[in-house]
Amino acid sequence: MSNWVKVASFEDIPKLGARVVRTKDIEIGVFRTEDDRIFAINNTCPHKGGPLSQGIVYGDKVACPLHSWKISLVDGKAEEPDVGETACFNTKIEDGFVYLELKA
Amino acid sequence: MQKMKLVVVGNGMAGMRVVEELLKIAPDIYDITVFGDEPYPNYNRIMLSPVLANEQTIDDIILNSRAWYTENNITLHTSARINKIDRKHRVVTAEDGTTAEYDRLLIATGSKPFMLPITGANLDGVLGYRDIKDTNAMIATAKKYQHAIVIGGGLLGLEAANGLKIQGMEVTVVHKNEWLLEKQLDKTAGKMLQKNLEAKGLKFLLKTNTQEIIGKKRVEKVKFTDGLEVSADLVVMAVGIRPNFALAESAGIYCNRGIVVNDTMQTYDPRIYAVGECVAHRGISYGLVAPLFEMAKVCATHLANFGIGLYKGSVTSTKLKVTGIDLFSAGDFGNADDGREEIVLHDAVGGVYKKLVIKDDKIIGSVLYGDTADGAWYFKMLRDGKPIHEIRDHLMFGQDSLGNTGHQGQDKAAAMTNEMEVCGCNGVCKGTIVKAIQDQGLFSIDDVKKQTKAGSSCGSCVGLVEQILASTLGGGYAPPSTSKVVCGCTEKNHEEVRAEVRTHKYLNIPDAMKGMGWRTPNGCATCRPALNYYLLSTWPHEAVDDPQSRFINERVHANIQKDGTYSVIPRMYGGVTSPDQLRKIADVADKYAVPMVKVTGGQRIDLLGVKKEDLVDMWKDLDMPSGYAYAKGIRTVKTCVGSEFCRFGTQNSTQMGIDIEKAFDHMWAPHKVKFAVSGCPRNCAESGIKDVGIIGVDSGWEIYVGGNGGIKTEVAQFLCKVKTSDEVLEYSGAFIQIYREEARYLDRTVHWIERVGLEYVKQRVLADAEGRKAAYERLLYALQGAVNPWAERVEKREQHKEFETITV
Repeated sequence: MSNWVKVASFEDIPKLGARVVRTKDIEIGVFRTEDDRIFAINNTCPHKGGPLSQGIVYGDKVACPLHSWKISLVDGKAEEPDVGETACFNTKIEDGFVYLELKA
Repeated sequence: MQKMKLVVVGNGMAGMRVVEELLKIAPDIYDITVFGDEPYPNYNRIMLSPVLANEQTIDDIILNSRAWYTENNITLHTSARINKIDRKHRVVTAEDGTTAEYDRLLIATGSKPFMLPITGANLDGVLGYRDIKDTNAMIATAKKYQHAIVIGGGLLGLEAANGLKIQGMEVTVVHKNEWLLEKQLDKTAGKMLQKNLEAKGLKFLLKTNTQEIIGKKRVEKVKFTDGLEVSADLVVMAVGIRPNFALAESAGIYCNRGIVVNDTMQTYDPRIYAVGECVAHRGISYGLVAPLFEMAKVCATHLANFGIGLYKGSVTSTKLKVTGIDLFSAGDFGNADDGREEIVLHDAVGGVYKKLVIKDDKIIGSVLYGDTADGAWYFKMLRDGKPIHEIRDHLMFGQDSLGNTGHQGQDKAAAMTNEMEVCGCNGVCKGTIVKAIQDQGLFSIDDVKKQTKAGSSCGSCVGLVEQILASTLGGGYAPPSTSKVVCGCTEKNHEEVRAEVRTHKYLNIPDAMKGMGWRTPNGCATCRPALNYYLLSTWPHEAVDDPQSRFINERVHANIQKDGTYSVIPRMYGGVTSPDQLRKIADVADKYAVPMVKVTGGQRIDLLGVKKEDLVDMWKDLDMPSGYAYAKGIRTVKTCVGSEFCRFGTQNSTQMGIDIEKAFDHMWAPHKVKFAVSGCPRNCAESGIKDVGIIGVDSGWEIYVGGNGGIKTEVAQFLCKVKTSDEVLEYSGAFIQIYREEARYLDRTVHWIERVGLEYVKQRVLADAEGRKAAYERLLYALQGAVNPWAERVEKREQHKEFETITV
């Protein structure tokens, strides 16, 4: 069952930046690309658990702040030759607000 | 949109390198079809010698498997030799009748072994040495026959001879010159090589020309011009290669001992490009792999329609791939007396010979035999035309500037066993690196870093990695030029980017990227911080700082730790604190339950383990300035007690330190900048390992620059002595400002000085008094009106929402 949760106004998420959303179980990084797409991935790098939301965002990727693994915001996968993957969440924008789809 | 069609004639290293580069930068613009006349996918031709010497197998040297072609949607035709190019209809036709249309055609047909035009050259058992087929034929012959003659004592000939010997044959090498490898070695080194190879069982006939190969169907013996006849079952001709341009010539493309191309690798037909051994670029054809890769890179950018990048020719170096023989040669080392000087080290018993040829204060040639560890280093200086007078005294003793921490003090890769750790940060052993280079076909330091992680963290072992790469690849390795491209998003190097930022007065990142033709819409995590720094340092008060292009530490003014918490280090100018400050720090540490309070190496107090959402509140309670301990910029000025209290002190070092730290507070730089001030030559503040180290003496202050206590301990070099504390500020400020304006992003002062030379720094800071004053003024101007970033964030909290976590 889908469970859409309103997290923030679109404007509160900085361009080429991210905000951290904390649920009762996990932390999710909500990212905004330069062309105003919104992505959400688990805020944990598959390498050593670095907080991805704090990395530098470019294109549709983020560079982890700890050891610079490049993680795709689209599918959560690490750029080759690194191997690893972090969970992704669906997002939508309605009336200027960003919604996250959490597992019910 | 219909994709354009790219057809590649030639499935070898050069052609496929172009395709690989193209896929990296523009994966979607072409449907690619590749024709190769051999039955194999692309393999590493330079590794055929190790195959012949039983050190590797054919499978080991495949660079791109058939699966790779499929994955990248490339149509591959093997055993398909193209024999016609119809330029009017833009179609190529293979011998078997296969055709393919093209919008762009890439010719990479390589070269052919030159066969001496003598009687008997067409007999069975007479081979060139070029491909897998030749290699297999030699291995098969060695099983049945005994006597081999290799004609040609060049690199290829000696590698073939060594391989045949290992395969069990009796091998004689025939060479027309007085010594072996006369293009690569001088006589002394050539004779040393001959002695070593004779010890391996090879025989040599020097100053000997071949007249005729005699036999009925198969070769039986070889006759030389001096009348001597030697019996032979196999003759390998390794007297040189010739560019293979017959196909291009038959299509009417202009050729002159090779397919003539311009600096963009374009032929006289603008739809047709050519790379590799088949081309003649500025009249030169190359037979080594490193230039081919440089050509491939340039060609790919043009096929991708970026229209940037020019190939301007290559300086090449060579190594011989015969296990147990170490030789390296580069540049011009012949005998002539037009102002050349030679530095020679010769240990005949130890089997070591090194010769450097110097002209006009630059290395122009180098021959190393027996110990080649420094080959890449000499070659780099040769290519970059680096003036050597500063290091001339110890040039011959090699590069001792390799890192000394994290790899057991080893600085000679050859002396290391496969199990020894090269990269202490990422735990990578020598064997892992060698295997990755061989199995994955790596050719550059960047490839090795990416694939193995060795050298990708602190970088102290890069010199070792480079040695391993050079010895594993032999002639395939070309050390990178010191001119460094910023990242994969642009073709421009750091200096070009800086120059354009200045001439075009770019004030923000989007304009700069657009103006300079960046390939990516908004750069990457490598180029954006560099570009942001270049804008700010070139146009202070005018350029727009982009926080999203700064690393997290500078964005939030705190140091990120391994668990995602932060550390907070307040400024304590000159390392001096007070009971009041200490009370505040203690109260804050209590209030926020800070897990660790620690004194740093720079004489400050570090509050570790702070949650991001607590940072702003902590700064408010602390009410102290940011210590910039996270910055590529001024960190700390470490001081000793000095003349106020110390019985040895000659100068008030503490006050000098406070003055410097206040004067240069808030300064951003290419990398971190550390100062120290000691009050006497006992140097308790460790000024000798700081970017700027100041030592008080009775008559004034000595200023040292370019020290570093990190990965590789670098002792700071003496810059000058001044009398007053105002002069200390002016001289050290001018030095730092020139570093800020001219160094590459992420260069420490030591790296910058290493590149430009201390003489240059002295010229700018000491000899040019006006220039010094102006540079110091520019620094003060850049720092004008800078504010404490912590207070700013406390004050404008609502504008800095990124510190708040959203809870749902």
